[in-house]
Amino acid sequence: MIPAAFEYYRPKDLAGVLSILEEHGDDARVMAGGHSLIPMMKLRMAEVPHLIDLQDVDGLHGIDISNGQIRLGAMVTQAEIIDHEGLAAVAPILREAALQIADPQVRYMGTIGGNVANGDPGNDMPGLMQCVNATFHLIGPEGERSVPARAFYEAAYMTAREDEEVLTAVTLPVPDGGYAYEKQKRKIGDYATAAAAVQIVKEDGVCKAASIAMTNLSDTPVFSEDACAALLGTALDDAAVKAAVTAMLGDIDPSEDNRGPVAFKKHVAGVILRRAIERAWSRA
Amino acid sequence: MSKKMHIKLNVNGKDEEFLAEPRELLIYTLRERLNITGPHIGCETSHCGACTVTINGKSVKSCTMFAAQADGAEITTIEGIGTPDALHPLQEAFKEHHGLQCGYCTPGMITRATKLLEENPNPTEEEIRFGMAGNICRCTGYQNIVKSIQAAAAEMNAAKEAAE
Repeated sequence: MIPAAFEYYRPKDLAGVLSILEEHGDDARVMAGGHSLIPMMKLRMAEVPHLIDLQDVDGLHGIDISNGQIRLGAMVTQAEIIDHEGLAAVAPILREAALQIADPQVRYMGTIGGNVANGDPGNDMPGLMQCVNATFHLIGPEGERSVPARAFYEAAYMTAREDEEVLTAVTLPVPDGGYAYEKQKRKIGDYATAAAAVQIVKEDGVCKAASIAMTNLSDTPVFSEDACAALLGTALDDAAVKAAVTAMLGDIDPSEDNRGPVAFKKHVAGVILRRAIERAWSRA
Repeated sequence: MSKKMHIKLNVNGKDEEFLAEPRELLIYTLRERLNITGPHIGCETSHCGACTVTINGKSVKSCTMFAAQADGAEITTIEGIGTPDALHPLQEAFKEHHGLQCGYCTPGMITRATKLLEENPNPTEEEIRFGMAGNICRCTGYQNIVKSIQAAAAEMNAAKEAAE
């Protein structure tokens, strides 16, 4: 499988990236780890006459934690997220989720920026980033702007990022409380049949805060406010968990594919969310 | 056709320079341009791991990287791991413990396993299975591959202790 011919660029700074994007418009695309884009180019489902490799661009690398904020450069790989002890200490849900993405070889190349910017409903990081209330930072010809993860996704592969913009970093507040990232998949390396990201704060045996987002159960990740509300103020008894699962099921909209029919996906989503809530609570 | 690029690689300690189209995938560079045919093409869709090589210290599926991306990189393939007269402990262990049947996945398996043992010299069976999850074998059912890697780890650790 050989992709169609393209011009390759490896600029050293964002100004260089932006000028190529401006010059070629829709015909240019940026590439981070390439493990979503290159397979699509090989299948000729993506046509990219001008490919901009971000690997040498200054300022897109590195994990910084300070003043209760975490900053992940767009080019931080899943492997770097897993290996970073400081990050695992303050936001263990990131490591737990990254370990469930693809396989070791893909995790060395796959990046947080590519995973969240691609807009593939199967990617795990978008839902996780909605759960932890992350912010995505973009730069374009008009300058910099930031968009909350919860407002970023419009439809499959459609996001708030404009064609001439580049996602440079993801920031998030250090998450509070117990956490869990639960993912049901057919085999290692597969996308989720259903996945749930959950953070819960427990105080005196009562749920003080809850954040719940689901992956691959709609054409965008689903942050379920109603599911969060169902847990608030409860002691997470069975009725509360059931109410949260019911609320979540009202927010998702899965479609039938080779991972199963709609009824099965809803069933799995309920099982996975219950597991995630129980595990997050046990760690809260 | 796009313009050709001047690409430099260091493969198994040897500098290579050539002109290639940007769309040339690294696995083709290795196999067809440099005649390094140890890395195999299995699925060609980044699932099977038969094309695994080490690039700047990372295990990478070379069917999912353009040679242009690897410009300036140091690459190790199975050809750079041991020689027929002095096998790497992993190669010796795969031979000894029947870690292969048809052998098609073996170069990718062993190349990946070198990196796995570098990062975790004493892995549990579960850690081996998790760390080798990007490599598929369609003959042996993995049992003997895991045993081979365990045996190689023990051998390498014993050799390291003896040296200290």
